Amino acid sequence: MLFRLLLVVLCSVSTVPALAQSTTVILSTTTSTEDSGLLDTLVPMFEKKTGLTVKTISVGTGQALALAARGEADVALVHAPSLERKYVEEGKMQNRRLVMYNDFVIIGPEDDPARIKGMPKAVDALKRIAETQSRFVSRGDKSGTHLLELGLWKQAGSEPKGAWYIESGQGMGQTLGIANDRRAYTITDRGTWLAFQKRISLPILVEKDKPLLNIYSVMEINPANGPRVNGVGGKAFADFMVAPETQAVIKTFGVDKYGQPLFVPIAGQSEADFQ
Amino acid sequence: MELIGQGILQAVRLLLAGDAEVWSVTWLSLRISATATVLSLALGIPLGTTLALSRFTGRGFIISLVNTGMGLPPVVVGLFVTIVLWRNGALGFLELLYTPTAMILAQLVIAAPIVIGLTLAAIQQIPEKFRLQLLGLGASHAQVVGMLLKEARLPMLAAVMAGFGAVISEVGASLMVGGNIRNSTRVLTTATVLETGKGNFDVAIALSLILLALMFLVNWALTWIQQRRVV
Repeated sequence: MLFRLLLVVLCSVSTVPALAQSTTVILSTTTSTEDSGLLDTLVPMFEKKTGLTVKTISVGTGQALALAARGEADVALVHAPSLERKYVEEGKMQNRRLVMYNDFVIIGPEDDPARIKGMPKAVDALKRIAETQSRFVSRGDKSGTHLLELGLWKQAGSEPKGAWYIESGQGMGQTLGIANDRRAYTITDRGTWLAFQKRISLPILVEKDKPLLNIYSVMEINPANGPRVNGVGGKAFADFMVAPETQAVIKTFGVDKYGQPLFVPIAGQSEADFQ
Repeated sequence: MELIGQGILQAVRLLLAGDAEVWSVTWLSLRISATATVLSLALGIPLGTTLALSRFTGRGFIISLVNTGMGLPPVVVGLFVTIVLWRNGALGFLELLYTPTAMILAQLVIAAPIVIGLTLAAIQQIPEKFRLQLLGLGASHAQVVGMLLKEARLPMLAAVMAGFGAVISEVGASLMVGGNIRNSTRVLTTATVLETGKGNFDVAIALSLILLALMFLVNWALTWIQQRRVV
């Protein structure tokens, strides 16, 4: 009797999770997609269409990819092309597809101590900020934004170091707050900057340079990464992100709130189209 | 200051308008933290009492561990519970990560040492003579423990308040093991972090005020129970 009871308990413990696994998709993504509110629109669409439940874990891109590589997620929506390619080469992620882009801008105090306003090249602007040792706030958190910033410093040939270089270690919103408070320069995605218009008074100084393009892509996690990766669910979400109806929603997202769209859908295109 | 005023207005508006999301987030906070507190009592009172009444080598060391545990950093608990619950982790097969159950588990780890430590202190502050007297009058061991707990009920309720206060207000562990998922694991503290990140400071303030009000109501009820027979 006792044995049978134990058997029943064990069976119920082992079957319930198995059921839960096939209907749950863990999406590993970045804070910027969550903070913009885009996922609040897209995820319910996907859930309604497929009957699957999405668990959105929004962290910095570095962490999002690290979690995915360990098989702790089923699909990743991130924005760090060089790091993404590395994971794809290692076989941790697969079927990388472009979804959308927005752009980064360099913002800073009105009086512009480094005189970068209107410079066409982001790299030159950073060089000038380093030379004049003007205060600059970095995310410092291995997010997609931080990785892009580090890439730009490398191209500029300057090492960001010293009292003028502040590492916030926090999300974009908090970092904007610190930059505003310290009257410092920083790099931000346009969407977050728009969302913070009421709170900060740092105008855009440099924009529309090719390296400032912020490209988001979706990748499926290789089921070999871990014992419980939901490959089918992950693929379903990735397919959904590049489907025409979803892309149409992305195209107009943000217009009602900011008067301009926050993202440009680019499914089906390749990176070569943006070089 | 103007912002805080706006936040208060926003809080009243959200609650009165019956904003479904705010109500469900508040309810989830209460449910998770109350469950964790009750479980920590079920675990902590017997352990704390045993520790208070027994004498063995290494007892001092264990009490030091418990006392350290009373200040366990929630982020540290969050990190370790997350690693254990990962799909690759020891308990990965349970598929508990990013669920309210995982949050209850993490909060239990945070609250249990507080309850154990305060129970221990509550029982130990009762004079040894009282216990000996009870034994002398022929009370059984179970009766003695019952009497001691009854005698210690005032500080014991303080233990309940401290445990509940610690878990309802923590954010580090809930964020890590829960994932702050909308309509699933988003509680008042993690929602506050999110809204601050979004720049919605008025909503963040509103959520903070709701959290404070909730903590006040719970403590008010507990204080009432604690004080009613004293005055």
